[in-house]
Formats: sequence, structure tokens, C-alpha cells
Amino acid sequence: MAVEQSFLLHPISVRVRRRALDVAVTWYLGTLSFGAFVILVVTGTLLMLYYHPSAPQAYTDMKDLEFVVSGGVFLRNLHRWSAHAMVLLVFAHMFKVFYRGAYRPPREFNWVIGVMLLILTLLLSYTGYLLPWDQLAFWAITVGSSIMSSVPLVGGQIRFLVLGGNTVSANALLRFYVLHCLILPMAAALLIGVHFWRIRKDGGLYTGPEASDE
Amino acid sequence: MSSNIPMPNTPGQTSRREAFSKLGVGSIAVAGAGAVVFGYAYISPGVLYESSPLANVGKPEIYARDSITQDLKRMIYVVRDPKGFYALSSTCAHLGCQTAWNVEQGIIACPCHGSKYNTRGVRVDGPAPRDLPWLRMWVNDEGDLMVDRSKIVTPGHYLRV
Repeated sequence: MAVEQSFLLHPISVRVRRRALDVAVTWYLGTLSFGAFVILVVTGTLLMLYYHPSAPQAYTDMKDLEFVVSGGVFLRNLHRWSAHAMVLLVFAHMFKVFYRGAYRPPREFNWVIGVMLLILTLLLSYTGYLLPWDQLAFWAITVGSSIMSSVPLVGGQIRFLVLGGNTVSANALLRFYVLHCLILPMAAALLIGVHFWRIRKDGGLYTGPEASDE
Repeated sequence: MSSNIPMPNTPGQTSRREAFSKLGVGSIAVAGAGAVVFGYAYISPGVLYESSPLANVGKPEIYARDSITQDLKRMIYVVRDPKGFYALSSTCAHLGCQTAWNVEQGIIACPCHGSKYNTRGVRVDGPAPRDLPWLRMWVNDEGDLMVDRSKIVTPGHYLRV
């Protein structure tokens, strides 16, 4: 089949069940979550062209994007809104999967992948929050890293390594930037691949208890 | 995996193949452990560009008797009590926000989640799990009050000047 012979075409399903395409079945929440992720990657990459992850330049760059760069305000706002939308959509997707029982065998492993993706989404939100380097960002990360330090025994050391120091400083901004733009998106892309592959392997989207492959 | 290579009959004797295999896996394990140690050391910053914890807060005379002065930049309170001087950290013990001295109410209050402390740093309200720490304070050779923000001392250590 042409679809299987081509790298670019292989993500397309050879065959889907008609019922799986109904909006009522999944509300397309998984699709929309992935769509939000794609928007975030594209807008994020474009924002990277004007953003320097150094203190205090980061704040000035954010202001530049808002007032000086053509289309900058749109890109930045789209990025921010898509981030909020993605968190909302992945939670809704998780609840839909739970209440439909779409996590039952043979789909239990995919549920675990989904939870890991949820954690990655939240971490991406958290690391991205620091990047504007404004008061909201600074204090949110100060509070969040203090929560980290309450882990017994190793909490203080975890906080020191995550921040790259004792306070939220230029080191923290750079580490969060690398996490936000490279490490976490790569991990998310990998797990998204596994997540989609598992759907195919488990017989396609869960369409309900009357499906013959139960 | 079956093999046609003759195996030694006596137990306790390893074949050459097994010996090399153990050596190889062992080397990779050692290299892996070394990589973890080096990796951990790499991500731990050895040099920090943070301000020195030592703060020179001026001559004792500039502080009025029975006063509490907040140094916003150094994030400490310098308190002059009838019993003597002491320094408190102004970082809230709850989640790290900067507290502020509220003159009307006579308390140190945190704007983030409502923790309140009295002038001795003892928590009187709010979600903070601990009191504000007392910091080491001394007078240097020039007669200036010095505070070491990295050294916590037991509350009640008044500096008599």
C-alpha cells in the first residue's frame, strides 16, 4: 500500500472504523490536544527567534515581541492561549477516556503513557511560565521551587539542581529554557508517538462496548 | 542460546566466552555508573553568581531604639530591641515570598498566603510551618553591623553593642 511504503504517509491509517469518526464518541479531544501541541511548537519556534534566555534581557524581548515585532503580539498570545487550551484539553481528554472506560484491556498501557504525557504537559506549562521574566513568573517559580524543596531528604538538593543555584536567577532561566524548548518537547514527541502507535496496535480508537474487538 | 562450543564439565569453572562476557558487561556497568556520577557533577553548578551572603548594614547608631528596619535588597530585617540587636530573614517560611513589616498592625506579614510573624520572627498566623530564622550578626573591625544570611542561629541571641 502506498501509505505503508512512504515515511511521510505512514502516520495515516489504512483503515478506520466508521463509528470512530463520530464527534460524539471522543469529542475529538485527543486530536485537539495534539493540534494545540502543534500550534505551540510552531509558535514557540518562531518566538525563539527574538527571545534571549538571559536575565534581564528576557523581559525586554517579551516586550519587543508585544510592541515591536510584526505579528509578535499575535504569536505570543496564540502561544499563551494554546498552552492554556492544551492543559484544559488534555484534562478533558483524560476524563473522557476514564468515563468511557477506554482504559480497559488492551488499552491499560496507553493510559499510563497518557498520564506521563499529562505530567509533561504540566511541566511544559511550568517551565514556560518563567520565561517572560516578570514578577508573576519570578514569584510563581520561587513558590514552586520551594514546594520542591519540601521533598524529604533530597528536596533541598533537587531544588538546587533544578534552579542551578540557591535562588531564581539567570541560571534558573536558562535551565528552564532548555527544559521548555528542548528536553520536554522531545520527551513529549516521543511519548506522543508511542501513544498513537498504541492506539493502532490496540485496534483503533475505543468506540464503545459493542465493538467486536472487546 | 545453544552452542556447539564444548563447555567445561566441572562446576565453578567459567568458559573463556563467559569470562569475556562478564568483563564486557562489567565494564559497561562501571562506565555507566561513572557517567551518572559525572553527569550529576556536571549539572551541579560549581560557581554561583549570586550576591554574597555577608551584608554590611551600617553603624549601630543609625538604628533607633525599639525599631525594626527592613532591608529589601538583602531580604533581612535588622531589629534593635532593648535587649540588643538581631537580624531576621525576611523570606517567608511558607513558600519563599518576601514578607513586609506592617507598621499599623505591628506584625511582619506575607502578601502571598497570609502568614504573619511577630517582631521576634515567631509565626502567629497563616500557613507557614516554621518561624522566621534568626541570622548570625556581629560587629566588624570598622564598627559596622554585619549579617551572614547563610548562617542561622538560635532565636534569643541578642547582639549587645
